[in-house]
Amino acid sequence: MSEKAIIQVKNLTKKFNGFSAVDNISFEVQKGEIFAFLGPNGAGKSTTIKMLTTLLSPTDGKMLINGYNPVDEQNEVRSSFGIVFQDPSLDDELTAYENMEFHAVLYSLPSKIRKARIEELLKIVELWERRKSLVKTFSGGMKRRLEIARGILHHPKILFLDEPTLGLDPQTRNYIWSYIKNLNQKEDVTVFFTTHYMDEAEKIAQRIAIIDHGKIIASGTGNRLKIQTKTDSLEDAFLTLTGRSLREEDASALDHMRMRRRVWGR
Amino acid sequence: MNAIYILWLRQLKRYSRSRARIVGSLGQPLLFLVALGFGFGPVFQKAGVGNYLEFLTPGIVAMTILFTSVFSGMEIIWDKQFGFLKETLVAPVPRINIMLGRTLGGATVATLQGCLVLAISYVAGFRVVNLSSLPFAFIFMVLIALSFTAFGTAIASILDDMQGFQLIMNFLVMPLFFLSGALFPLEGLPKALGIVTTLDPLAYGVDGLRGALIGVVHFGMLTDFLVLGVLASALLLIGSFLFSKIQI
Repeated sequence: MSEKAIIQVKNLTKKFNGFSAVDNISFEVQKGEIFAFLGPNGAGKSTTIKMLTTLLSPTDGKMLINGYNPVDEQNEVRSSFGIVFQDPSLDDELTAYENMEFHAVLYSLPSKIRKARIEELLKIVELWERRKSLVKTFSGGMKRRLEIARGILHHPKILFLDEPTLGLDPQTRNYIWSYIKNLNQKEDVTVFFTTHYMDEAEKIAQRIAIIDHGKIIASGTGNRLKIQTKTDSLEDAFLTLTGRSLREEDASALDHMRMRRRVWGR
Repeated sequence: MNAIYILWLRQLKRYSRSRARIVGSLGQPLLFLVALGFGFGPVFQKAGVGNYLEFLTPGIVAMTILFTSVFSGMEIIWDKQFGFLKETLVAPVPRINIMLGRTLGGATVATLQGCLVLAISYVAGFRVVNLSSLPFAFIFMVLIALSFTAFGTAIASILDDMQGFQLIMNFLVMPLFFLSGALFPLEGLPKALGIVTTLDPLAYGVDGLRGALIGVVHFGMLTDFLVLGVLASALLLIGSFLFSKIQI
């Protein structure tokens, strides 16, 4: 394993009742890099992120996040990263500012720098004017921006983004990525994101790992993947590697809850 | 410590901002109080047991706290997937602090709701027998709230989705309420029912509240206090343990 790698994963496996959601994967992410995990729904992307971020314990394998082990050095690992989840995790009944403040307290950001830091970040994501509005009045794009600002608030070394642009329109998606790229440079934060949009992975990420059925089937720069599969676009490369484009799955309990959330708006 | 405080504060902020929810959640206790209180009043009076509204009010206060507490604990099912809780689960804060902050917040809200119902019952004609024992009533309200918020948290930590919610409501929460003696006196019950009620922890809460508010007790207030105190501690421990095991 190299010195510069900020995320090191070796032979990571997660089994649910005998079914391998993540099957013996190994990869490294270098410091300062933007790294994409590309794969169809149910490929094991979110499960991997959950293990890296201490939410789920692995069945087998080794991980190091910023030099710490997510299994038995949880606090050190948790201080090292920020995360934007696939499903929103803001408090709708609180204002944008209160959400940020809450995060600052949870991560023990000294109160002296708290205010200035929150202001700085809310300005970067262009929400400073709306800081006193309740989050429930925000659009999907605004919520995402706020979550990104919040994720970076405590100066993490790594920012995890689980499908950060899912359900957003193309303009908003572009905006979100420009903020993320900006933060990647300004804050010197390593970005690890999952997506199933090929164009995003190709445009944004310096390196891509393609995951399917819990296995990493290829990794490298977008160009290398195209050369490897002798295709012109990453989309073709992806299809060549995964074999098919459409994936039908049974709805999980989580999908049921997502559905209810859409219907009842809560 | 900061994390506990801010989680508690968050619950209170949410509560104070949702006026519609506060008013809405008072509808059911009010209906119980008016319909049952005045509906069964005459029969109760004829049986020579006294004023039913007076007897019923502590039960309805307990009911309000029970439902508010369990709901707020069980909100975690939702919260761990779509809410704010997920954000706290990846924060560098011990899980037990998160559980405590949330539970204390939920219990505070439930206690406030109980106080509101008690205040409203005054409009219906209820009077506290001895005002100097109000602090005791408050203690019992807090103990009920703590126990059942922790209970809801424990259950929510195990359940993955809302499918199990109805099951818990119908087979645990409703029996807890109906068998607690909130609606009827525990004296002279058929033997089997009598035994079941002594196993219902809420019965001790209702009894304690009744003792403090109208000076009528069945088990004795010290017994009530001890049972509830042990229950609250045990449920907080169990809740914390299960909460710390949450995997998403």
